[in-house]
Amino acid sequence: MSKNNIERISGRAPDELRNVSIKAGVIKNADGSALIEFGKNKIMAAVFGPKEVHPKHMMISDRAIIKCRYHMMPFSTDTRKRPNISRREIEISKVIREALQPAIIMEDYPRTAIEIYIEVLQSDGGSRCAAINAASTALADAGINMRDLVTACAAGKVDGQVVLDVDDTEDKTGEADMPIALLPNTGLITLFQLDGNLSKEEFDKALELAKTGCDKLYKLQRDALSEKYFDGKNGNKEE
Amino acid sequence: MPAVKKHRIVDSITRESIISNLANSTRLDERGLLDYRNLEIETNILKDKTNGSARVKLGESEVWAGIKVETANPFPDTPAEGVMTCNAEMLPICSQYIEPGPPDENTIELSRVSDRGIRESGMIDIKELCIKEGERVYSVYIDVAVINEDGNLFDAVSYAATTALLMADMNKFTIENDEVKMLDEKQPLPIKSVPVSTTFAKIEDKIIIDPNADEQEMATARVTLVTDENGKYVSGQKGKPGGFTFDELKEISVISKEKGDEIRVKIREAVKNGS
Repeated sequence: MSKNNIERISGRAPDELRNVSIKAGVIKNADGSALIEFGKNKIMAAVFGPKEVHPKHMMISDRAIIKCRYHMMPFSTDTRKRPNISRREIEISKVIREALQPAIIMEDYPRTAIEIYIEVLQSDGGSRCAAINAASTALADAGINMRDLVTACAAGKVDGQVVLDVDDTEDKTGEADMPIALLPNTGLITLFQLDGNLSKEEFDKALELAKTGCDKLYKLQRDALSEKYFDGKNGNKEE
Repeated sequence: MPAVKKHRIVDSITRESIISNLANSTRLDERGLLDYRNLEIETNILKDKTNGSARVKLGESEVWAGIKVETANPFPDTPAEGVMTCNAEMLPICSQYIEPGPPDENTIELSRVSDRGIRESGMIDIKELCIKEGERVYSVYIDVAVINEDGNLFDAVSYAATTALLMADMNKFTIENDEVKMLDEKQPLPIKSVPVSTTFAKIEDKIIIDPNADEQEMATARVTLVTDENGKYVSGQKGKPGGFTFDELKEISVISKEKGDEIRVKIREAVKNGS
């Protein structure tokens, strides 16, 4: 993949992720939690539940409901963000919930709520993908029954070149950004967004590239969980 | 962050017949899987107060769009660029499930996805919306009212907004002795491209285009893709708690372009007949 490449601002190769670290179980009071550092992103996700549903009329008799809130702290951005929940945050909360929901076996927890809180403490490009990775790790940490982890990564186009994992500076000058979330074992894409300008070839290429990013993140998520539960001695490190 | 709200319920007879029809590659309204409903576009429906307007009926879904072009101070970080916003409103008249009040997350998503389609395609050249750098720029407000809801509002809103923009005009200004002066003359908006949105839904393992309200409610996943006339993908959004495979998305991207071209012809025709 490293032929006729144009240098990226960050000095990364076109198929190179930013530095990512995931740590599971960082918040004691939560049933499950994770901290992800994804480039400059620092995002915490906490999961509470299965717990009682409030308000009661939202209860569903044969499965759990999922609540999800993505929130950015006022100090997380270049210029102070107003603390109120913005329309952007409402939309992102919705797409993140819809990205995670297919992985959760909601039928196992009838009449309950599973609450996912995502707090962005420092933001960079691709915060919704980072948030999904953290939230899915936190869900697993909470011991919620899941079909698969959900892993997310973006691909985009910068200076006419399709690249993996667009960061903030690249997003501002770049031509396209396409975040996706994937259930790696079923191959189901549960989040797909696009803005920018992509031809058909670039579209397909970006999809493939984003998938390779998701695969890398899947491993990091599993490592974070085995670090907490098996002292890092899980079979999945054998490669 | 409501996870469940009062929403449409598809009764099991309808549900079963939709599924059994899909197995034979037909739909309850006798469409094929990849057929749009009848699309009616009418222009200049609100001539007296708006700068441009359009009504779109996609099957039984009906939306009205109105454009207001005003002037404003530019944002400090973009002193030479105009301002554009697109907003969609679900009116309480459009469905028994919609209540007055602040927009819920579905309406916000609808608004933001239609805004992105127009913004990312570069449909309006915001650089040409500058009257006097750092002081006065045009601000284009696109507001779309949902009058009747029968599924696939993403496309209906997008077509109405696009058509209304193509029909719209704005005042001319000149600068005299460093003062901005309005002329008694109109000019069309600086339009650079015509984005077309296409929406797909997945029921069981079938992909259908332009879902109606029942189909949309049943679908496990939905995806909207916006293409411009150069065949470029400018915007996209997946919705609903389900997913698509890579192959499905690639197939959808091909169909999106074909259908987008067909609909672009209809939009252009409506604009030609209207002006």
